[in-house]
Amino acid sequence: MTNASESSTTVLQRAEVAMQDEFLRKAVRFTTDRLRNKKQTVTASFGNWEAWRERGEAIRAHTIANLDFYLGQFADNLEKQGAHVHFAHDAAEAVTAVRQVVREKGAKQIVKSKSMVSEEIHINQHLEEDGVRVIETDLGEYIIQLAHEAPSHIIIPAIHKNREQIRDLFEADSANNLSTETRDLTAFARRRLREAFLSADIGITGCNFGIAETGSMVLFTNEGNADMVMNIPKTHIVVMGMERILPTLSDLEVMAHLLPKSATGQNVITYMSMITGPKRSLDHDGPTDLHVIILDNGRSRQLGDAQFQAVLHCIRCGACLNVCPVYRQIGGHAYGAVYPGPIGAVLSPLLNGGEQYSDLPYASSLCGACYEACPVRIPLHDMLVHERQRQVQNGHGKPLEQLAMKGYRQMFAKPGCYRLAVRMARSFQGPLVRNGKIRARIGPLGGWTATRDFPALAKRSFRDLWPNLQNGGDSDE
Amino acid sequence: MKVSLFITCLVDNIFPNVGVAMTRILQAHGCDVRFSPEQTCCGQPSFNSGYCDASRDVASALIRALHEADVVVSPSGSCVGMIRHYYPELFADSPKWREMAIDVANKTYEFSQFMVNVLKVDDVGARFPHAVTYHPSCHGSRLLGVKDEPLQLLQHVRDIQLIELPYARDCCGFGGTFAVKMGDISGAMVDEKAQHVTETGAEVLVGTDMGCLMNIGGRLSRTGQSTRVMHLAELLYEGMRNSKEVLV
Repeated sequence: MTNASESSTTVLQRAEVAMQDEFLRKAVRFTTDRLRNKKQTVTASFGNWEAWRERGEAIRAHTIANLDFYLGQFADNLEKQGAHVHFAHDAAEAVTAVRQVVREKGAKQIVKSKSMVSEEIHINQHLEEDGVRVIETDLGEYIIQLAHEAPSHIIIPAIHKNREQIRDLFEADSANNLSTETRDLTAFARRRLREAFLSADIGITGCNFGIAETGSMVLFTNEGNADMVMNIPKTHIVVMGMERILPTLSDLEVMAHLLPKSATGQNVITYMSMITGPKRSLDHDGPTDLHVIILDNGRSRQLGDAQFQAVLHCIRCGACLNVCPVYRQIGGHAYGAVYPGPIGAVLSPLLNGGEQYSDLPYASSLCGACYEACPVRIPLHDMLVHERQRQVQNGHGKPLEQLAMKGYRQMFAKPGCYRLAVRMARSFQGPLVRNGKIRARIGPLGGWTATRDFPALAKRSFRDLWPNLQNGGDSDE
Repeated sequence: MKVSLFITCLVDNIFPNVGVAMTRILQAHGCDVRFSPEQTCCGQPSFNSGYCDASRDVASALIRALHEADVVVSPSGSCVGMIRHYYPELFADSPKWREMAIDVANKTYEFSQFMVNVLKVDDVGARFPHAVTYHPSCHGSRLLGVKDEPLQLLQHVRDIQLIELPYARDCCGFGGTFAVKMGDISGAMVDEKAQHVTETGAEVLVGTDMGCLMNIGGRLSRTGQSTRVMHLAELLYEGMRNSKEVLV
């Protein structure tokens, strides 16, 4: 199973594997190109995009700054309408809460609509251990479930698969002969998933936004599958992160612009569905039993932390992945965690703590494209730097790097040492230089010279030339 | 105007001609150019790797060297971005140093930013009859917000043929220590960037940051491409000398 989330390898090792997969890299480039071009077009025609981002940021910042109040209001309203609310401190508590409902109902089959949080708590694995069949109904999720893989993109989980691979997976699951035509493949999935919707005992979904003022939950999809999941089975379980709250419906209006435009370049989402409580007596359909599991799992640790609180503003649109030049080269699985890309590089170490994801913040060139793309202006590039600083403060710096930085500090903090060190380096570089370039894979330069040349130090530095440059003197080399 | 130079460590030691070109252009526009040899580096390599103490030591040496300057001009958007964006945070715990850091941050400009926005010069009288493509470096354009200024200067160069670079705003993979620590990923990024540069057919790649240009140039050289890599100041200065020769 390519579920890299339990991986003990480093991001660099996983990236190396991904970079040998030409097909994956082409697929990722192709799709992210399309998404960001569409986003560019749709935001340009919409106009005032920066002003919308600022509104989005203000709403999210206000909500997260007052999260305890809005969470309380949300939970009260949910309960008033007859929903059961479960607060889960960690993944284990969330799993227990789901399991309890499943046992109570004697459920054997569950349909799900994409929820990153349920990936975070590995709910499928736990339920399958209990002998319960779980079927993913988001087309992308369905495909990677058949492939026994983890999602490699927040909104396009099967970004790395092509139609031949999808056909093979469908055939292996059904013993049918299928063509690679999109129409045939989707018709097959539709048939299979309709059967699943109709025979499931429970539906599990995520939640894009919970509205505190009304106790409603809002889901954005392009396939309408979430509507089936939450309306057909008698029991509906919502698993959501505790930060998914918006104060009012008018805040939702802003997010309904920001999310689909940023995520896929769509002007509006195909299905925006809102549920407020379980089925009432006059309703035609809907679940009779509604459970909402609100998960903390490391999120509340970011509250009150000036450097990281804003990570909770994230609305999971994936726009930062689509513009990230690192994600573009290595795809999602190389991040080794549920959330890939720049948001994942920030979020995974924060949520999980410990060593497992401590190298992720280094998998960025700090180019800032993620911040520029973020619809709610999360300063991801600053957070990546701050995470590196926290790691060093906590004594997790690598010994070799610590030594290098000690050398850097001694050399560059004192101009006299700097001049001496440069003079020495210039006289020692001789044997390595060919035609003004260094190609040898030597010491810390190895990572560089494997793929590119390094220029030699100049014979005379700028400071050597300066005395003749002053007052317009003639010293051009 | 009295203008102090901040010559970054890369320019000082590897690309001194960039500093020479910048000095000459500033002098040609009436600036009284100064340089304090007490400066070394902005402290970014250690800051971005997480070592704030080391950065404070290095940055305070730079602040000491520059704090008496009227204005500071530097040939790197990345280093100026470090000074403007991160110095106040770096010295947050020391009121005295913080005040000096903010003072230096407020008067420090990237070269093209200074030319266009402070000196109000977008035509330096250069002639450069070559096909040129421009790579906008991430820190200069995103951290510092210098977007149109380099293009304004380039568009006024006589006989230049500017070719748009596909995926221009995608990072080249430099990222300072990233290029060494995550060498393979960085290598894949610069490979894509170098291919895009080559596909333009331009003879010259121009930019405003020697880190990125050293990276892309290193890849172009490794793959046997003859594309010339130049800092904006070098191109403008060579262009100024070209047009003088024509006039003579």
